Amino acid sequence: MPASKSDNNHFFMRVAIIDYGMGNLFSVQRACEQVGLDSVLATSPETVLAADGVILPGVGAFGDAMEALRQSGLADALCRVTQEDKPILGICLGMQLLMEESFEFGRHPGLGILKGSVIPLQESASSAGHFKVPHVGWSQIWRRSKPTAAVDTWKETPLQNLEDGAYMYFVHSFTVVPESDCSLSTTRYGQNEFCSSLARGNIFACQFHPERSGPQGLRIYQAWAAQLKKSGALL
Amino acid sequence: MKMTEKKPALPPNIRIIPRLDIKGPNLVKGIHLEGLRVLGKPNRFARAYYESGADELLYVDIVASLYGRENLLEIVEKTSREIFIPLTAGGGLRSLEDIQRILRAGADKVALNTAAIHRPELIREAARRFGSSTIVISIEAILRPDGTYEAYTDNGREKTGLDARLWAVRAAELGAGEILITSIDREGTGQGFDLELTRQVAESVPIPVLCCGGAGKVEHVAQAVTEGKAQAVCMASLLHYHFVKHHPLSDQFAEEINLAHLRNGGGSSRIQEVDIPVMKTHLRGRGIICRPANPITTTSLCASPS
Repeated sequence: MPASKSDNNHFFMRVAIIDYGMGNLFSVQRACEQVGLDSVLATSPETVLAADGVILPGVGAFGDAMEALRQSGLADALCRVTQEDKPILGICLGMQLLMEESFEFGRHPGLGILKGSVIPLQESASSAGHFKVPHVGWSQIWRRSKPTAAVDTWKETPLQNLEDGAYMYFVHSFTVVPESDCSLSTTRYGQNEFCSSLARGNIFACQFHPERSGPQGLRIYQAWAAQLKKSGALL
Repeated sequence: MKMTEKKPALPPNIRIIPRLDIKGPNLVKGIHLEGLRVLGKPNRFARAYYESGADELLYVDIVASLYGRENLLEIVEKTSREIFIPLTAGGGLRSLEDIQRILRAGADKVALNTAAIHRPELIREAARRFGSSTIVISIEAILRPDGTYEAYTDNGREKTGLDARLWAVRAAELGAGEILITSIDREGTGQGFDLELTRQVAESVPIPVLCCGGAGKVEHVAQAVTEGKAQAVCMASLLHYHFVKHHPLSDQFAEEINLAHLRNGGGSSRIQEVDIPVMKTHLRGRGIICRPANPITTTSLCASPS
């Protein structure tokens, strides 16, 4: 595995990591490096449009993030990238931003790339324990279909190399409710059962942080990189 | 097979977080945050903990706040290249610029203590700029004769006059994402966590509470969850002494460390050292849910633990 970024043509797939000024993108860059992807931090639409694939990460508030994406022209660039059917990986807030609207502190329109909305997680306390919000920590992701079903819904998705019930690292207070049937996995947290990852066309998005989910999370990056190379060959 | 049926909620998953105290380039461990012993190079411990199933790592530069040094940056930069779990760094971070630098070095979250106490608005500003989930407020507390707890700064040296529980509530209101509560009285003693302190704080704030200071055996970790109501448990000696005992050191490495201490096995009579897989198996056996250690090979453990 290459240990560092290089300027030669060793990496031929270039990934733009959307940088709108919030959060730590270092771990996303490191995960890309680990699976042989050449990544650049993108603050301009040009960088995004020139890339073979795009990662939309994010922490912080939905409204602020959308504002920053719109002002920088990155929002339009992202929409164009989806029209061109280039692979997009949305992580955490990045997953939420893909939706039409969020109910985080009021009502904010999102990128509208996927149909659906973003709603708050419910805190709950029972004899089982106190499920605080934000949900911080490791939870399991489960196939929506029964593993015995004829069609494996994780096949040929970035989750393809994972066991049902794999543990992933979450940090969030809101969760995505997709309108269409694009959910790949669900996760339970107290009374909540939410969509923890989804896929539609070349878009894959997850509420957890695969770059902070240990070796299992890196398998997602690995499978995404493979998908990227495949789609690059087709374009 | 399991997830589609409705069943009663399982308890929340708790996190096991090795705490690595840093002095200069070294991993150290003291008692009551004083009387430090050098244990070795931090990255070596960090990598081993990552590989054996730690849920997060916590680095604290325990002298930076006193001398304004920032060795932490270099260590964080190195560690974050090798581990793919969340990394929290604290000690000596005073400003938004300090926070920015450590995040750029690869930390996922920062732990703030002294600077936040001197200027609570820093919490609000930092949460707004970097996101609440990035800001952990570290509270070091000492029991007062009246049964309440006082928050201290500078590794338990400076009184603040602040009630630890009320300060936690205020920090949460200002936008902190998590509270790290350390009992100075118990720290490094192996006598167990201050469960009363932990529970008071955990029940007073809506955000997750990380409990720290005093773990001497696995049972203490279980108590922090069942009685202390903590969402995550931090520990140092318990894991460090196990690591030192079971990992032969290279000569070059041994030169730099406290040999006499290690020849004694690095142990302390009060510490029943343990590794993360054994600890997690014990916790799961007690009905405490956590991510299984070594998740690559133990797929059978990934099944719903009911």
